[in-house]
Formats: sequence, structure tokens, C-alpha cells
Amino acid sequence: MIKNVEIMVIGGGPAGLCAALSASDLGVGISAPDLGVGISAPDLGVGISAPDLGVGVLLVERDDVAGGQLVKQTHKFFGSEKQYAGDRGIHIGQMLVEKAQADSNIEIWTDSTVLGIYEDGVVTVLHEDKHIKVKPERIIIATGAAEKFLAFPGNDLPGIYGAGAVQTLMNVAGVKPAERVLMVGAGNIGLIVSYQLKQAGIDVVAVIEGQPKIGGYLVHASKIRRAGIPVLTRHTILEAYGNGRVEGALITEIDESWLPIPGTERKIVCDTICLAVGLSPLTELAWQAGCEMGFIRELSGHVPIFDENLETTCPGIYCAGDVCGIEEASSAMVEGRLAGINAAASLGYGVSEAEKFRKDAMIELEELRSGDMGGHIRVGLEKMYARCKK
Amino acid sequence: MNSLRIEEHPVLSFERGEKITFFFNGREIDAYPNETIAAALHASGVRKLGESPVLHRPRGLFCAIGNCSSCFMIVDNQPNMRVCVMKVKSGMHVEEQKGKGELELIVEN
Ligand SMILES: Cc1cc2nc3c(=O)[nH]c(=O)nc-3n(C[C@H](O)[C@H](O)[C@H](O)COP(=O)(O)OP(=O)(O)OC[C@H]3O[C@@H](n4cnc5c(N)ncnc54)[C@H](O)[C@@H]3O)c2cc1C
Repeated sequence: MIKNVEIMVIGGGPAGLCAALSASDLGVGISAPDLGVGISAPDLGVGISAPDLGVGVLLVERDDVAGGQLVKQTHKFFGSEKQYAGDRGIHIGQMLVEKAQADSNIEIWTDSTVLGIYEDGVVTVLHEDKHIKVKPERIIIATGAAEKFLAFPGNDLPGIYGAGAVQTLMNVAGVKPAERVLMVGAGNIGLIVSYQLKQAGIDVVAVIEGQPKIGGYLVHASKIRRAGIPVLTRHTILEAYGNGRVEGALITEIDESWLPIPGTERKIVCDTICLAVGLSPLTELAWQAGCEMGFIRELSGHVPIFDENLETTCPGIYCAGDVCGIEEASSAMVEGRLAGINAAASLGYGVSEAEKFRKDAMIELEELRSGDMGGHIRVGLEKMYARCKK
Repeated sequence: MNSLRIEEHPVLSFERGEKITFFFNGREIDAYPNETIAAALHASGVRKLGESPVLHRPRGLFCAIGNCSSCFMIVDNQPNMRVCVMKVKSGMHVEEQKGKGELELIVEN
């Protein structure tokens, strides 16, 4: 049996949730039962009830709760009020999930992983331990990102975690993942997670950073300083040691070309090493679907090539959020909204309002990216649009 | 080893529900419904989840979002289970996975 949907959203983080909500706002789903037309009953098999014939928006999330990265972010967000700044990440996530759950045009599948997107437009999903085929008219890929790894001897020892994993253990499960942590990376994530470790009563021995200065926002850096955690810039990790588990790390100072300065090595005793060295877009589905991909450093690596409408080079497949360039929840939400509007409008929904909504979203994105921190994104997008026009 | 559970937190409160138990390498371990197997094991101080296929080096959790494969374990005889996203259930048998594990063939008719 194939399930027909108008718009399928892959990933239930801020981007995916906002995409589903905006598509529904434009009217997707209201005429859903009509979708069954043209499919003869025998094709559907016996015992399929009418509501299964079609659905407006189907949102598929791998985790058992939607919310993406937001489910573990206990700190208050920046940005403008439109993107709920000042609110804590977890609350923003809950609010979006509740809105989507209350929306009868949106069906949400959690604990469900999208496995592949095929030439004939069929998307396969592992849902309730079954392999299910879905035939959407439009697809929005909002799969987010995964933490980067670092190469050093001993990096496979139990006790070496991505910063997000530590966040999940302590903020979602309420379990102390460690006693003494060495944090690698002083970008926002490294700083925020270090602070959250402190809040959970865990010792952070130091935050080390290869760059000559701290990459994250000053507010987060100041909190770390106040908590008495040393931030060692121009430092890197040489190796992790321990018998069957992390017992410590060897760190060193590095010079301008990132080479270790002999004689500056020192041992740090810790039971956990946390890597906060950036994220890579989770682009497997875009690759597999045959979207043209490009390496754009400012967008954090290989990303699908997309146009101003966030449509990839595969017609009808859109992308939004971290998967098309690592940024922030605030911009992921607006990108999601934009992708949802465009996908809905391309199906003929809300065409008269779509233009205004689209403009509003574009302006919001421009505002979000206007500051210093948005510089690399602006450069990345310029490269993207230059490639896209070719 | 209840000390590994966070009881007081400035921002969060944890409602854990009734205690349940499951088995890790045959040993009975406490857990709470709604937590992942990985979380329950960590709460009991277990960080080694398996061994690598060739050099038999210990393996632990890395990403906790079901992406990286580092946390594969054998759950109720099924290998390659992502315990970082899989929920613990009362009476479940969880074992360290050494290497790739063998799939049990399930034939449905
Ligand atoms: C520690 C930390 C602090 C942060 N602080 C801030 C902040 O202060 N302000 C801010 O604006 N941003 C912040 N961010 C960034 C923000 O969380 C991300 O940019 C945002 O979550 C990206 O949203 P997304 O929807 O693109 O991806 P995600 O939130 O990663 O969601 C993607 C979802 O897709 C699911 N998925 C992936 N593959 C599949 C598949 N095949 N099938 C089904 N589902 C799939 C995943 O399970 C996930 O739930 C922070 C991030 C971190 C880690």
C-alpha cells in the first residue's frame, strides 16, 4: 500500500515543524480526501479506511519526540521577538510541537526514519517497525545536522562524546554523563554545554580552543568565566588515554599554523572529553535523491544546491534548516516557514497570500543574517546563488 | 548508584515515574520508563556498550541522536540496536555487542 500525501516534511526540528505549520496555514490538507481520486480501490488493498487515502502534511521524525535540537536546550535564545528570542529552546520546541499536534492538516509520525527517496517519487519510511511507502507531491528535507568528529589517538574510547550527546543525557534524561569534563571547542555550543554541565553539578576542567579567540557570543563566554572555567585558546588535544575508558587527555599549545609547540604539552585528568567542533549537515537523503550537491565551506560542507525558494535541483524537493547550511534555530524556523510556503504555493494553495508571506520571511532572514555573526552565511549564500544560476 | 541521576537543577525538573528493571549482560539494573537504554546504562555507571569488530576495542556512546552507530547493542537477541534512541522496557535483555552481530531472520507470512 502506498500512502499519498501532498507535502512530506522529513525531520521534526524547528525547520520541519515550521514548514509543516506554514504549509497548513496556506490550506494544504483541507482538500486532502480528494487526493484519493485516480487511485483505484484495488491498488490500495483491502481494509484500508478512507482517511488513509491521503493526507495534507506528513511530518516524519526519527526521534520519539519532535523538536529536534531544541528538546535539550535549556538556555534562553537570541534573535528577535518574532523568533521567540528570550524564551528557552525547550519551550520554543514544545510550543511548535503542540501547535503542529493540534493542527488537523498535519499528521506526525515520530520514532520513524525516512530511508530513501526514489526516482518514481516514492519515499520509504521505517514506521512502527514496518517498511512503508509514501508518495508525496512535494518533499521538504529538514534533517538537521550531526556533530563532527576529531582525529586523534584514543578518540574511540568510551567517554568521548559529542557535546549534543552530553546535553541529551543530562537535559533530557537527567543523568550525569560525567564527573570531570574536558570540552574541546569554544564556539557557542562548547560554551553553552560547559555552562549546562556546571548547572548539572559536573566539573568542567577546561575549555580548549584552537583559534586565538573565543568563537561564541560574549554573553556565553562571560558566563563560563564567571563559573570559573578556564578557556584555553590556541590549544588542541593530542590524544586521549585510559584503560578501556577515558582517564585523561594530553593537550598542547599550537602556533599560528596549528602546529603543536614542543614543550607545552600537559596532561588533563578527566573522565569525559566532549567534542564541540562544529556540525555537518545531514545530507544523505539529498545525495541519494540525486540533488546536485556542492561544497560550500561557509555553509559547513556539502549541501544541496538550492535557489531563493529553497528548492533543490530536484524539482519538488525543498530543503530548510541546518541541512542546507549550519546556522541557528531562529533562521531554521524562518527557512522552514519559507519552504512550507513555497511548496504549498507550488501546489496552488494560497497563491494570493503566498507572495506577501514569502517577502516577510525573506526580510526576517536578511535581518537575522545582518550582524557580524551572519557574515559567513552571507558569503555562503552568495556562492550558493552563483552556483545555482549556472 | 543513584548519585548519577540529577535530582536538583536550576532550570529543569525530571518526572521519572515508577522504577522498572531490565537486564544488562544478565545483571539486573534499575531504570525509568521513557528513558533510553543508553541513559539507563549511564545512570548505572555503564559506559562501555560493545567492542569493535577487529581490534575489540571498547565502544561507547557518541552522538545520542541515532546517527553514528557507535552505540549498537544486542537487545532481546536483535543486534545493531541504537540504544541511544531506543526506549528501555521492563524485563528487556540488553547485551554488549562484540563486532557486527548476527541478524535473526524473521519470516512473516
Ligand atoms: C548546544 C546548542 C545550542 C544552541 N543554541 C542556539 C541559540 O541560542 N539560538 C539559536 O537560534 N540556535 C541555537 N542552536 C542551533 C539550533 O538548535 C539548530 O540550528 C536548529 O535546531 C536547527 O534546526 P533544524 O530543524 O534544521 O534541525 P534539527 O533541530 O537538528 O532537527 C532535525 C530533525 O530531523 C530528524 N531527522 C534526521 N534524519 C531523519 C530521517 N532520515 N528521518 C526522520 N527524521 C530525521 C532528527 O532526528 C531531528 O529531530 C543551538 C544548537 C546547539 C547544539
